[in-house]
Amino acid sequence: MATLEIRDLHVTVEADNATKEILKGVDLTVKQGETHAIMGPNGSGKSTLAYSLAGHPKYTITGGTVLLDGEDVLEMSVDERARAGLFLAMQYPVEVPGVSVSNFLRTSATAIRGEAPKLRTWVKEVREAMERLNMDPAFAERNVNEGFSGGEKKRHEILQLELLKPKVAILDETDSGLDVDALRIVSEGVNRVRETGEVGTLLITHYTRILRYIKPDFVHVFSGGRIVESGGAELADKLENEGYEAYTKGGASA
Amino acid sequence: MAEAQNSPVLNSVRAGGPLPVGSTTAGSIAVAAESTVVSRMSAPPSFDVADFPVPHGREEEWRFTPLERLRGLHDGTAVATGDGVKVTVDAPEGVVVETVGRDDARIGRAGTPVDRIAAQAYSAFEKASVVTVPKETVLTEPIRIAVHGQGGVAFGHQVIELGAFAEAVVVIDHTGDAVLAANVDYVLGDGAKLTVVSVQDWDDKAVHVGQHNTLIGRDASFKSVVVTFGGDVVRLHPRITYAGPGGEAELFGLYFTDAGQHQEHRLLVTHNVPHCKSNVVYKGALQGEAAHAVWIGDVLIEAKAEGTDTYEMNRNLVLTDGARVDSVPNLEIETGEIVGAGHASATGRFDDEQLFYLMARGIPEHEARRLVVRGFFAELVQQIGVADIEERLLTKIEEELEASVA
Repeated sequence: MATLEIRDLHVTVEADNATKEILKGVDLTVKQGETHAIMGPNGSGKSTLAYSLAGHPKYTITGGTVLLDGEDVLEMSVDERARAGLFLAMQYPVEVPGVSVSNFLRTSATAIRGEAPKLRTWVKEVREAMERLNMDPAFAERNVNEGFSGGEKKRHEILQLELLKPKVAILDETDSGLDVDALRIVSEGVNRVRETGEVGTLLITHYTRILRYIKPDFVHVFSGGRIVESGGAELADKLENEGYEAYTKGGASA
Repeated sequence: MAEAQNSPVLNSVRAGGPLPVGSTTAGSIAVAAESTVVSRMSAPPSFDVADFPVPHGREEEWRFTPLERLRGLHDGTAVATGDGVKVTVDAPEGVVVETVGRDDARIGRAGTPVDRIAAQAYSAFEKASVVTVPKETVLTEPIRIAVHGQGGVAFGHQVIELGAFAEAVVVIDHTGDAVLAANVDYVLGDGAKLTVVSVQDWDDKAVHVGQHNTLIGRDASFKSVVVTFGGDVVRLHPRITYAGPGGEAELFGLYFTDAGQHQEHRLLVTHNVPHCKSNVVYKGALQGEAAHAVWIGDVLIEAKAEGTDTYEMNRNLVLTDGARVDSVPNLEIETGEIVGAGHASATGRFDDEQLFYLMARGIPEHEARRLVVRGFFAELVQQIGVADIEERLLTKIEEELEASVA
């Protein structure tokens, strides 16, 4: 069973000619089949955690370990992490001019699976996945994220999640900027992947709204660069009612 | 993007100046009182090299070009060596291929040299090659012209003439090593259709400078695909004029500028006749230290050219640090009675965020870069409309990527 183990993770970033520590000792274990929601106020380091796990060059790991099934993730390049089974659905997916969605998906699937998918089954697989996400087939011929609406970008991220079948999926504010219809469609996509029982999900969000559609097994409150409280789904209800104030005003050191 | 649509207020629209990498010409518009395309040249057009002063590098038409790397083509010190290039013409039946002397009346009809090297080539060549497709002859196979550099210095002149309603595809391949100044005249009779693919696939040391003049007959259509991969310095100057209304020009270009290479494409479309069209799309990718691409896109719509429809676009993809693009679109409009006129120029970087996104989907770095470049060019290649040429170019791009994108 796939397990992602994050131990005492410290991460810094260079900003304004100064080194700033963003993550200050994160401990978290995500097992296959589990869904963990990470919730926290803006600037608490949630996205830094997501991008650090994926290997974004902007962030420097200064301490701690990240293991995926015992393998040292921090030693891997960005593409190696993805091939090892890590997936990051980005909050702000990047435009890639000149590369069509269909070409991108196939190249990516080939890299992840280690061989090119058979053309006939692949076309069917993509078409069906797109239908489930209410995506127009013409979408496949557009350039990656170029001119996509906010909702289209997020659906495209979830499309990749469904096709690439990672061991651990990190969803970074996938709910941000979505209207209720889009949120439902995207959440259904995430739930289909969860229901296979083969993916561990790390759901990073600022709002509790998405948790009405995606039920977490665990909820963690993130503040000041670390997890300050963990609990079950009921913790989300508490946050819904009380907000993050208790954690941002001195509570973070608890 | 700066654009002027059927606007009688604008006498002239100009967007120019050297552009740093990553910038576009958006918003850079000024209204000029008189034509600048013609007046900014340092000397009037002439067939005689003596009419042009030796450039010093600060002239508008030379300011981007590394004169010291032209091997004397610009100052008269380059002398033909007799074995500079070998030209082979392979033409299907029905095509007339001739080698003619300097006094042949068909030479120079499509245009007059506008700079010193073009005039140098004109003044120095000994024999010209004339390829004629007689009127109403429709070719099913391309005419192939191979220009192979043999390490020497050469001056040349090529004429390609299509009679009325003739149709042809011409593929010109430049390979090997040479210092070459050569002009080409394309003359299209009424209703003729000519597609020309000129591939500059020179060895690393080659220097190639040329002016390509095209005269488009009434209702004729000209499609040009200029593909520049190789050479130390390549500087081409395609120019279009119309002999009658209804003419169409589609000018496509593709360049892949590697470390140390200077590749310069300067275009001028002169709408001197009513109801003609022109569409210019040039795309380039650059990588490596001191890779330098220059694109000058001039369009002049003369007062009498009512009903003109024109658009020009340049896109550049900068893959690494150290590369430089100068992209200068320039549109001058002397009549408001037009269908449309516009231009766009954009230079973008293949940036770290794109690389991260693709790699975060498992795609290795070298493949991610190739994916982006291939896609960038494929968009243009698909517009060529001649299947086997499209395929050949994609293969060629693939080879270039294999060889160079690490």
